[in-house]
Amino acid sequence: MDTNELIKALAADARPRSASLSTVWWGAAALAVAVAAAVFLATLGPRPDIAAAAGTARFLFKIVVMLTLACGAFGALRALSRPEGNLRTALLLLTAAPALLAAAVAAELLAVPPETWPERMIGDSNVFCSLLVMMIGLAPLSILLLALRRGAPSNPGVAGAVAGLLAGGIAATIYVVHCTDDSPLFVAIWYTIAIAGLALVGAASASRLARW
Amino acid sequence: MNSSDESELARLMRAAIAGDERAYGDFLRRAACLVRGFARRKIVKGGIDPEDIVQETLLAIHIKRHTWRDDAPVTPWLYAIARFKLIDAFRRRGRRMEIDIGEIAEAAAEPQAESAREWEIDRALESLAPGQRSVVAAVSVDGRSISETASNLGMSETAVRVALHRGLAAIARRFGRG
Repeated sequence: MDTNELIKALAADARPRSASLSTVWWGAAALAVAVAAAVFLATLGPRPDIAAAAGTARFLFKIVVMLTLACGAFGALRALSRPEGNLRTALLLLTAAPALLAAAVAAELLAVPPETWPERMIGDSNVFCSLLVMMIGLAPLSILLLALRRGAPSNPGVAGAVAGLLAGGIAATIYVVHCTDDSPLFVAIWYTIAIAGLALVGAASASRLARW
Repeated sequence: MNSSDESELARLMRAAIAGDERAYGDFLRRAACLVRGFARRKIVKGGIDPEDIVQETLLAIHIKRHTWRDDAPVTPWLYAIARFKLIDAFRRRGRRMEIDIGEIAEAAAEPQAESAREWEIDRALESLAPGQRSVVAAVSVDGRSISETASNLGMSETAVRVALHRGLAAIARRFGRG
């Protein structure tokens, strides 16, 4: 079969048109959020003092930083799932959440006396927090990896890692409602561990699954 | 590549995505020229046939055409696919050459087949199920239309389209790996 013969076959197959990649991503993200919320409500639910906590700066900050991570990762993932996706632009989108978190950690270190730092850092839930965020994030990560297979990432491993960050961002934003450890020092350690774990799983899976 | 070529490519691709077979054929022929130039520039030593890269890239363009944003220029997308497929081919070739060293003795003992040109795509075509293979061969090598193929093979046009679509997807998956 020479190239002109191949072109005849490809042109004859013009008809079936699949959904645009943009549509696929919005659908996958909506489904990932819905599944994460369902798992959360079925297993954990909000913390008992949610009404009182909702007005505090530290609680609100946790939601803001995790939403920032999720939004940045969503933009980066959509860019990286296309062959011409620019790695630098994508990475730039991902710097916002770490920058916010670093600023909050600095503010916390200035605001509270040093002898309370270890206690705030370790909190009550620590390892459980990491495990639960990862648990909530696994189903969203699977959904996002399936969507990534419909894309054509030039670097499947990196795109998979960003899918892990997005799954982590979604899971963490939801888990925040349950978590009673509000210090940025706590968030910087235990949430980061969970999200990094999901990113590793995403990278390892995608370098196999999302090859094309 | 100047901007009028770029906008013509984008116009053809938009028509193709809307289902215009003729525009799609035009688009693919232009794309093949661009990728051929790219592959010949990049492959300086032997070992990989640039035309294999052209064919593999065209298949990837076809399977992944929904990843093009219809408000974005076509050529960056197209060259990114070609680059990905070229790197992939170099990687596979590296692996195959290691295997080949072990097989030299065996191969030397066999009589050399007289093949003028061995297409990677033909190996992928041969690995298809017989039904898909005869449909793909009828439309490509024999240049038949969908309706001619349907009546020649005693199939419905829908069944021919499905077999063609699945056959091409399977070729794209197996290209160069057979």
